[in-house]
Amino acid sequence: MKNFHINTTVNGDEAEFICEPDETLLDVLRNRLGMTGSKEGCGTGDCGACSVILNDRLVCSCLVLAAEAEGGKVDTIEGMADGDKLHPLQKVFIEKAALQCGVCTPGILVAAKALLEKNPDPSETEIRYWLAGNLCRCTGYDKIIKAVQDAAAEMRSA
Amino acid sequence: MKYVKPESLHAASVLLSEEPGTTRILAGGTDVLVQLRSEVVEPDLIVDLKHLEGFGDITSEDGGFRIGAGVPSAEMYEHKALHAAWPGVIEGAELIGSTQIQGRCTMVGNLCNGSPAGDSVPGMVAAGAVVRVHGPDGERDVPVEEIPTGPGKTSLAKGEFITSIFLPARPERSGDAYLRFIPRTEMDIAVSSAAANLELDTDGTVTSARVAVGAVAPTVRLVEEAGTALVGSKLDDTAIANMMAAVEAACSPIDDKRGTVEFRTKTAGVLAKRAAHIAYERAGGSK
Ligand code: FES
Ligand code: FES
Repeated sequence: MKNFHINTTVNGDEAEFICEPDETLLDVLRNRLGMTGSKEGCGTGDCGACSVILNDRLVCSCLVLAAEAEGGKVDTIEGMADGDKLHPLQKVFIEKAALQCGVCTPGILVAAKALLEKNPDPSETEIRYWLAGNLCRCTGYDKIIKAVQDAAAEMRSA
Repeated sequence: MKYVKPESLHAASVLLSEEPGTTRILAGGTDVLVQLRSEVVEPDLIVDLKHLEGFGDITSEDGGFRIGAGVPSAEMYEHKALHAAWPGVIEGAELIGSTQIQGRCTMVGNLCNGSPAGDSVPGMVAAGAVVRVHGPDGERDVPVEEIPTGPGKTSLAKGEFITSIFLPARPERSGDAYLRFIPRTEMDIAVSSAAANLELDTDGTVTSARVAVGAVAPTVRLVEEAGTALVGSKLDDTAIANMMAAVEAACSPIDDKRGTVEFRTKTAGVLAKRAAHIAYERAGGSK
């Protein structure tokens, strides 16, 4: 298989990597760039644990070929906090215990951030529909929904 | 497996025609990557076309819209004029998968995947959408309903691919709608589905109607008799009953744990009725 040399931007920094044609963006983030925040729950687009922002769109990185990222822009969970300063969503998730095992959490945070950028004041129904592609086997979702609402309120008043 | 981003439509069709092995075209990748991963298909060649001119664009044309083959559902949803003109088409496209899938999946991919349950397909068929096909012999325009030929199969020849979809101009007093039945509230595959597209005259009489159903036959089906049953009516009970009978007669569904033949057939008729009423209201007909 012919390898590709890909140039892209990850969390605002230039990143280059070599990849095989059948490697996914998720594989490359985790195995070649050492960014293990994005998780692989299913590898088939069902669970959302691998959520990233690719060229300003929320996507499943397990359903993107790494080679497709050439010249593109990728934002991952690793870019969410500002140094040691957590994003309001991250802070509230911890305060409200909106996670248990944490495997779904990075994907949910990335997806929730994308939602709040489009809609700073979503209703509970809007949050539930937006996050329908993020599966959580632990929390039963209620604390997640509540945490997103609280973080949204905090961000609106900031 | 080779991954190639050809420089032109011509180069793409040459590559696809000359490859002796299995090929896949990559647009949103939400089906192709799943096939790769589950080893259902092991393509020898993947051709990525998203970067080619027009693939990512929604443009106005002859009062209608041309939608590039690489435009994801999320972008269509956000396009105000397109959404206002064809709410039923958008309704179908935005039911494909989750928010994450919406960020990548395309209507052309949904069509060429060839699933009889593809959510965006009945809406396009009812709309009278026409796809532009590029291939070794140049370009041709094909009505959308002629593309799927069976589960996972299309009428596209080797070396051919779809570059865009055209949705025609909307006359005044027209409306469309799409509905599906699923046992959950989100993130599921249609057990049956229906789309309706109506045009009315000034007193609310239907002058033209197209009805399409999904998941009840080997392909999404345009049911011409169902459309005919509505023309000349204001969706009175007799017209609706005739339309539902035509829809039921066009159904030849599979029987599986998600829905029996009887259930799929019956719900397709009911969904077509409801979609027709929504389309009528959107067209400005008072009921
Ligand atoms: S790992 Fe990508 S959606 Fe589950
Ligand atoms: S916290 Fe365990 S899957 Fe969500």
